[in-house]
Amino acid sequence: MDEGLRSELSKQGIFTVKMQELLNWGYNSSRKNSIWPLQFGLACCAIEMIATSMARYDLARFGAEVFRPSPRQADLMIVAGTVTKKMAPQVVRLYNQMPEPKYVIAMGACAISGGPFKQGYNVLKGIDRFLPVDVHIPGCPPRPEALLHAFMTLQRKIDGDSLFGPDKPRHADESVPGEYPLPAFGEHDIEPPYNKAVWEPPVMARE
Amino acid sequence: MESLDQIKLRVEAAVPGAQLAIVPNDTPANQPSLVVDPPHALAVVRFLRDDPQLRMDYASNVTGVDWLDKVTKEKLKVKKLVDGAEKEVEETIEKSTPGYLEAVYHLYSMALKQGPIIVRQRTGNRSNQISVTSLTPIYRGAEFQEREIYDLYGILFDGHPDLRRILMWDGFKDFPMRKDYVPPDDFEYEPTPHDDVLERARKHYPAKAAS
Repeated sequence: MDEGLRSELSKQGIFTVKMQELLNWGYNSSRKNSIWPLQFGLACCAIEMIATSMARYDLARFGAEVFRPSPRQADLMIVAGTVTKKMAPQVVRLYNQMPEPKYVIAMGACAISGGPFKQGYNVLKGIDRFLPVDVHIPGCPPRPEALLHAFMTLQRKIDGDSLFGPDKPRHADESVPGEYPLPAFGEHDIEPPYNKAVWEPPVMARE
Repeated sequence: MESLDQIKLRVEAAVPGAQLAIVPNDTPANQPSLVVDPPHALAVVRFLRDDPQLRMDYASNVTGVDWLDKVTKEKLKVKKLVDGAEKEVEETIEKSTPGYLEAVYHLYSMALKQGPIIVRQRTGNRSNQISVTSLTPIYRGAEFQEREIYDLYGILFDGHPDLRRILMWDGFKDFPMRKDYVPPDDFEYEPTPHDDVLERARKHYPAKAAS
């Protein structure tokens, strides 16, 4: 519909709306204001995540205070802490068990890149080698304000989701697999060391 | 507490056949340690625990050390006949000492509030004679720490009730804390590499286009 006609009609008290907009408004805003995170922590970042959910920082203001102990009831995974190679398959398995639509926040230096333990033989160099991460929070550990900022960023992202069209979400696209393969325990390392469908090492120009 | 030399004499009297040695420690800490041969380790440590003057009832810490094969060079002056006349010539002789793995126990007495006595067990080499005696029958708290040493150093503990890997997964083949361990080559993305990380990251750099 023409924007001018729409504006004219609204002056006469007739409001028009596209089906898409109505769906986005009802669907996205209800989802973004009631995010249920998965209740699990891997290291010290989890302490900051717990602090965020308690009275002083009060994650309930963003509707995300219901931490679920079961992945079947959660739609946000906060990877809070160091992901060791022994833990990586379990993290991917938990993600696979969450229902769509689902989101991932990588909280802290370790979950982003391995952080201070990056050169360790047993530390995964960032969870985005296996999972599609929506929001990264730097920090070691990030302060609760940073986690709140990540929540607001995620809410904006959910608000921008469209149900149809080329930028429809992953779960509405039949060609995208619903599950990510678990890495296997090899003799020297996990196999594969990263999921090529999710992550490729960026090519950097070097002198 | 008596000095380690006195303790060593008393242990030798109480455990016949035990081969003990003292490793001196010249640092300010000055904590010498007692090297025990694995066949007599149980008897020696049982004596340390039960002796009324020592009563080492608490294994505070168990850890491992990896000693690589060492090659030492020595310069010797040797008299030789050179052009008919006797001259002193310097010769370098290479001595190689085989490496070994070591399990180190720090024992304290809770009852008498004294310690530590540091007990070491050494393996024959780093490849096929890698057994020492487990002290878990005496100190139950050593069980998980010995499992960790087995996991990271590859020392086998004879008499351990449940010798499995504890930190790494079961199919893992390497021993990461050994000095010749090569970590997996996952240095494909290093935004700010330096030193040995730079060396390893370079191998992943794309080949330069011919200009």
